[in-house]
Amino acid sequence: MSARILAVTTGRILRQLRHDRRTVALLVVVPTVLLTLVYFMYVDQPAPPGQPSLFDRVALVMLGFFPFIIMFLVTSIAMLRERTTGTLERLLTTPLGKLDLLFGYGIAFGLAGAVQATIASAAAYWLFGLNTAGSVWLVVMIAAVNAVLAVALGLLCSAFARTEFQAVQFMPVVVLPQLLLCGLFVPRGEMAGWLQVVSDAFPLSYAVEALQEVGVHAEPTGTMWRDVAIVAGSAVVALVLAAATLRRRNG
Amino acid sequence: MDDAITVRDLVVDRGRRRVLDGISCAVPRGAVTGLLGPSGSGKTTLMRAVVGVQTIATGTVTVLGAPAGTAQLRHRVGYLTQAPSVYADLTVRENARYFAALHGRRAADADRAVADVGLAGAATQLVGTLSGGQRSRASLACALVGEPELVVLDEPTVGQDPVLRADLWARFHAMAATGTTLLVSSHVMDEAARCDRLLLIRQGRLIADETPDAIRAHTGVDDLEEAFLRLIRESETGHRPTGEES
Repeated sequence: MSARILAVTTGRILRQLRHDRRTVALLVVVPTVLLTLVYFMYVDQPAPPGQPSLFDRVALVMLGFFPFIIMFLVTSIAMLRERTTGTLERLLTTPLGKLDLLFGYGIAFGLAGAVQATIASAAAYWLFGLNTAGSVWLVVMIAAVNAVLAVALGLLCSAFARTEFQAVQFMPVVVLPQLLLCGLFVPRGEMAGWLQVVSDAFPLSYAVEALQEVGVHAEPTGTMWRDVAIVAGSAVVALVLAAATLRRRNG
Repeated sequence: MDDAITVRDLVVDRGRRRVLDGISCAVPRGAVTGLLGPSGSGKTTLMRAVVGVQTIATGTVTVLGAPAGTAQLRHRVGYLTQAPSVYADLTVRENARYFAALHGRRAADADRAVADVGLAGAATQLVGTLSGGQRSRASLACALVGEPELVVLDEPTVGQDPVLRADLWARFHAMAATGTTLLVSSHVMDEAARCDRLLLIRQGRLIADETPDAIRAHTGVDDLEEAFLRLIRESETGHRPTGEES
């Protein structure tokens, strides 16, 4: 790895994103539009006694989920393009290291996810009065780590897709089960034992738990930091596995 | 002889198909070597083996004194893939500057490489909006920007206007004159005459490895297309053309 090559690769990926103004607009606007829907869905629902309101509960998890799903999709397609247009093959004949490329994607789309989470959080807190005991910046930090995890999973999954059609199919395979079992719909403690085991194996469950910790505790808790470390660790594992799928030589 | 590329008994299989069947050849330094053959003959596979991205079954490929694809060669070899491999959502200049930076070159080197392929006027255009010929020249600029010692170009002149094609060939020879080694593939026989040396492959086998003049002399015809036809017939009837053992 080389810091210089990592930096120019990150810059190149961000420049590509910048030229795609419609994608940038969608990244910025869509979460806020969806939060608006969630707000009006729950605005008249009474809060369960002694618990955060339904909007607070759902919106908080969604702030972490947006960058996760979007960055997963964006990365899968971007990496698939590198493979199908031949740029990947050419890059691998240059001094660029595999990790320069993978971490370049992690940093570039991680930043994009952080920006997206910041804007969505601003809307959630200011427009819709989202209430959390902890700081909004902890929410943004967890969302950004989640974005990096999504990038890492996207890089890994793109190795198993030959076409864009296949790549987008990995979204329901990789992302939806994690959303279903993350504790948003049914608290994890109330699930059947085997579902809890599966949920424990999914990194998104820890991101959601970390967000819920921020929701109810004014100060960052040990559980929150442990959860963030697990999500970040999963991202590193996925990146290393993705590196193993990048072969310089192919048939 | 001090060769830039030495290929020994190279065999490459793709799936169950044998794509290269025991190729041995050498590419001299500081010259333009043409790799000719019909579409599907194994030209691209041989070039991929030289730049070290092709899995090979048996045989060796030595490039600038080291096994093909080793890390130290990545600074010294430039590769142009057949389909233009540049980022469609970046401008020509941004593409060239990125590949320049990977090779530790400056932005000014990138801008010069863009001008050298005749794209100075389109430097700020997104590659996705270029014509096919312009796009492949943008890709060429990215292959040359690191000023590599060995340049491997897979059909660099396809779809270019004749004047530009002549310019590009003049540029290839100018590079060779300063010591750069070029391996250039083409399936257009009229480009063969522009090469210092020719490798002709067909169905994964090397049919000729000679200078254009030697091929003309050997086959007794002036037209290289006709000469190649004779070499192919000769190889099919079992006669060994000269040069294969070199």
